[in-house]
Amino acid sequence: MAAKESIVGSPALRYEGEAKVLGYAKYIDDLHFPQMIHGATVRSKFPRGRITAIRYGEGIPWDEFTIVTWKDIPGENTIVHLLKDHPCLVQEIVNHPEEPIVLLAHPDKALLRKAVDAVTIEYEPLPAVFTIEESEAPDAPVIWNSEAGDSPNVFKTYLMEKGHVEDVWATADYIIEGEYSTGAQEQFYIENNGVIAEYSEQGVTVWGSMQCPYYLHHALQLAFGLPEQKCRVIQVETGGAFGGKEDYPSVIGCHAALLAMKSGRPVKMVYDRMEDMAATTKRHPSRTRHRTAVSKDGKLLGGEIEFAIDGGAYVTLSPVVLSRGTIHAAGPYNWPHLRIRAKAVATNCPPHGAFRGFGAPQSIFGLERHMDLIAKTVGITPEELRRRNFLQPGGTTATGQLIKDPIDLNGMLTRALEESGYHAKRAEFAKTNPTSPIKRGIGFATFMHGAGFTGSGERRLNSLVAIEVDDEGKPEILVSSTEFGQGTNTILCQVAAQTLHISYKDVRIAQPDTDRVPNSGPTVASRTAMIVGKLVEDASHNLLTCMRASGLLEETYTPEQFCHAALAYKQQHGELRATARYQAPDDIFWDDDKYHGDAYPAYAWAVYVAEVAVDTRTYMAEVKNFWALQEVGKVLNPVLAKGQVEGGVAQGIGYAIYEKCVWKDGVMANNQMTNYIMPTSADLPPIHVLFEEVPSIHGPFGAKGIGELPMDGPAPAILNAIEEATGVRFNHCPLLPEDIFDKLANPTLISADSSQLQPAVAGPVFSGTTP
Amino acid sequence: MRSDVRDYTLTAPGSLDAVLSALAANPRLTPIAGGTELMVALGVGRLGRHELISLDGLKELRFIEERPETLILGAGATFTDIRRNAAIAREFPLLAQTASWTGSIANQNRGTLGGNIANASPAADNPPALLAYDASIELVSATGRRTLPYDEFHLGYKKTVLQPGELIYAIHLPRRFAQHRQYVRKVGTRNAQAIAKIALAATALIDEAMVREIRLAGASLIDRPVRLHATEALLLGKAITPELRTQAAAVLASEIKPIDDIRSTAKYRIAVACNLLDEFLLSL
Repeated sequence: MAAKESIVGSPALRYEGEAKVLGYAKYIDDLHFPQMIHGATVRSKFPRGRITAIRYGEGIPWDEFTIVTWKDIPGENTIVHLLKDHPCLVQEIVNHPEEPIVLLAHPDKALLRKAVDAVTIEYEPLPAVFTIEESEAPDAPVIWNSEAGDSPNVFKTYLMEKGHVEDVWATADYIIEGEYSTGAQEQFYIENNGVIAEYSEQGVTVWGSMQCPYYLHHALQLAFGLPEQKCRVIQVETGGAFGGKEDYPSVIGCHAALLAMKSGRPVKMVYDRMEDMAATTKRHPSRTRHRTAVSKDGKLLGGEIEFAIDGGAYVTLSPVVLSRGTIHAAGPYNWPHLRIRAKAVATNCPPHGAFRGFGAPQSIFGLERHMDLIAKTVGITPEELRRRNFLQPGGTTATGQLIKDPIDLNGMLTRALEESGYHAKRAEFAKTNPTSPIKRGIGFATFMHGAGFTGSGERRLNSLVAIEVDDEGKPEILVSSTEFGQGTNTILCQVAAQTLHISYKDVRIAQPDTDRVPNSGPTVASRTAMIVGKLVEDASHNLLTCMRASGLLEETYTPEQFCHAALAYKQQHGELRATARYQAPDDIFWDDDKYHGDAYPAYAWAVYVAEVAVDTRTYMAEVKNFWALQEVGKVLNPVLAKGQVEGGVAQGIGYAIYEKCVWKDGVMANNQMTNYIMPTSADLPPIHVLFEEVPSIHGPFGAKGIGELPMDGPAPAILNAIEEATGVRFNHCPLLPEDIFDKLANPTLISADSSQLQPAVAGPVFSGTTP
Repeated sequence: MRSDVRDYTLTAPGSLDAVLSALAANPRLTPIAGGTELMVALGVGRLGRHELISLDGLKELRFIEERPETLILGAGATFTDIRRNAAIAREFPLLAQTASWTGSIANQNRGTLGGNIANASPAADNPPALLAYDASIELVSATGRRTLPYDEFHLGYKKTVLQPGELIYAIHLPRRFAQHRQYVRKVGTRNAQAIAKIALAATALIDEAMVREIRLAGASLIDRPVRLHATEALLLGKAITPELRTQAAAVLASEIKPIDDIRSTAKYRIAVACNLLDEFLLSL
């Protein structure tokens, strides 16, 4: 055996790191094709209305421009996601601000900008709604209606039930209610959305910055009415995505391709930051309502959860976001009885979309804030409440999934609280806070995140990966799984190298190109390490089996022998290629109708602890220290894994107390880095990243997904700590200094808030004993 | 880039005299020094003035000169120059601090003190410190020079006393604050690369527990960088007592007129301004 030291688990250098560091990695705006011209988008400046005229103003040489409207679409006028309600270009009715209506192309970018400004859209306004509350109001205008929807303005609903929750209210010692809400969040990838498209007799080709080449591949087939072999999508180096390049590249990709078709030239479309922030997707705003029955010793008896998200103007991915938010709404706790009602509503905002966590950060925020309210009401510590209700091996989740892995949430909680000095700090802050203008606090959240697509999703994806040996005898991984900073290239090469017993640097991974790589599924949902990683491991085994069956490779071999055998095989057979297709584990069952069963093959589990300081002179909260402990199955690459967690925590801190989308009638008013406040390194605390490893049979070498997990915990942990520091409950994130000021400076607002129940007065339905 | 640079002209005469002559001949010219404000406006398509004249690299404006009674900062001194100057660090620490808060490191390398003042944003980082140090401002044009108290320079939102053809030449800081208590605090939207939601700078001379001299100035409290004369008048000649602190907050709240905007609210700004003043008074 060659590789004595383990490659998996080692800090292998980032596969494409050298190209990025030395600057020769080519991103979409670095590419220039002969004859290429530039494309731009004319968008609606109003939220909803019927277009009556499109006027092309004076002073622009319009005959030099390529102009595309919906009439130029050769196939269906749709950007296909789950439904076809989302038009590629507006035909008649505008449903949100910044909706694409006309596309323009010209060689001169500066002139293009003037031309966009010279197009006037005349319209008759129609009534619009902008929030969940406005959308669900009884007298709300119907802004979206489809046979696929459950009722007007509702894209999707889920009902998830366990036990008989109606039986618990009569016997509960406490019934505790709370409402929690979260705002939109911009993904803020470094590189804006951008593509280049080309069209010829052979078909349509799009290069771009994206997560899911096969999503765009599908969208092109419909918009152009072309068979799949005439559509081709190539991912180029991608500067960050975080979900923001899951569905949106289908929009900009189709647009550029339409301009390329009409102009007969390659067309580049790259948004600037203001357009990207105003027009592309963000995290769904949400509202979570809890009603929980608890015994006087702090056991959850049952609960009702109402979870609602604002999907924006079209369905896009909202049902899937809602699904993940619904399943994660119950957290890592034992609920004997539970009912969750969830809905995604329509508003006249630009469609909200995928963003790291995908609905889970929203519902977990509500639950973990609510757990602290329950603890306070019952009169036990937040720690004790969780210990009394943690899921244990042998227990079942809210969907009825049996916990088979030997997870130990109590042990994890103990470790996280010890590492953070939680108990000593609580005692210290209780002593120092009364006399200090700086109020300090420490709080935590416990949570889990499912890896892979929900329920039967992975079965439907039916992912395929291949490994092919090249002319130098080096194996090349062929997958549609993309690298956008998170480490796909590196970990998949590590898995293949370890399985093939060759050196990490001898494994290659192909640029995702739908003409060349099989569909290994979208690069989303914390699925790449676990699902695709396992398929790469399987394909590697299949490759070895094939080589050994030919008699060219011994049971044990050196990397040189592998290389010789591979080349010899190629000489004899023309090619050496092995594949692996996803096979659903036999013991995983999911019922889509009842929303019951094994929601995910595996979960990562976590305890996050935040220490905060709130300055009562400026009402600013700062995170002073942070501990992130997670059980992830197996750490494939410690440097990348730590980076994933640190970045996710930073993004979570932004979500909690900095990043606010300021909306004015569906328009993002602060679409600039100056006014959309993402924290910088000067706002971030030390982040202590701690791992535990309980290997899962579903992932390569035991690995589970960690991509989204670190986004889930920071916001509730931080707001729990802020309540510890100030004694005041805040139930919305982002929580800005102005919000803290409103409550701290107005004690009347605090007492008027029905969630400020003290233990002595809580428990409207009450079984007889006082706490 | 949302502007067409072909719609703009930029001339760079290369000397202060030549710039002043050009300005005298063409009052439509807009001076551009580090460009940290105007280039942002150009990038987002909001630079309304199309004829620019460059002050970049003018040696006559980029200096920091120590005289016995005053420290003179040329309008072309960058924030990096200010941060690195030993005399400023020693005698005018508030200015060294506010320079360090201005934009990013790259902004500080390009951006100039004169540009920050001439841009006349009510949220500008450095004017409160200059006001607290009782600065004078020296203006220059083709026809001569004039010096006036910096307190009289700002007239309203983005309005100053600068006449057509006139440039800021220098800021004069009197070197007599060694014994003063000094305070500055910026409340931004984050800890770096942030625009001030409010800021307060203060200097006070305390003698036998009495306020003998006091200067208070703030950012984003009203439509311009502002000295808080009414609050100063209340405090002058008195000993700091809890009652006086309460009165001072009330006077301050009545002399400022902050606004609700995309970054904050008026009521938050008033409350925090009063809290910062109180923090300063408590430290005296």
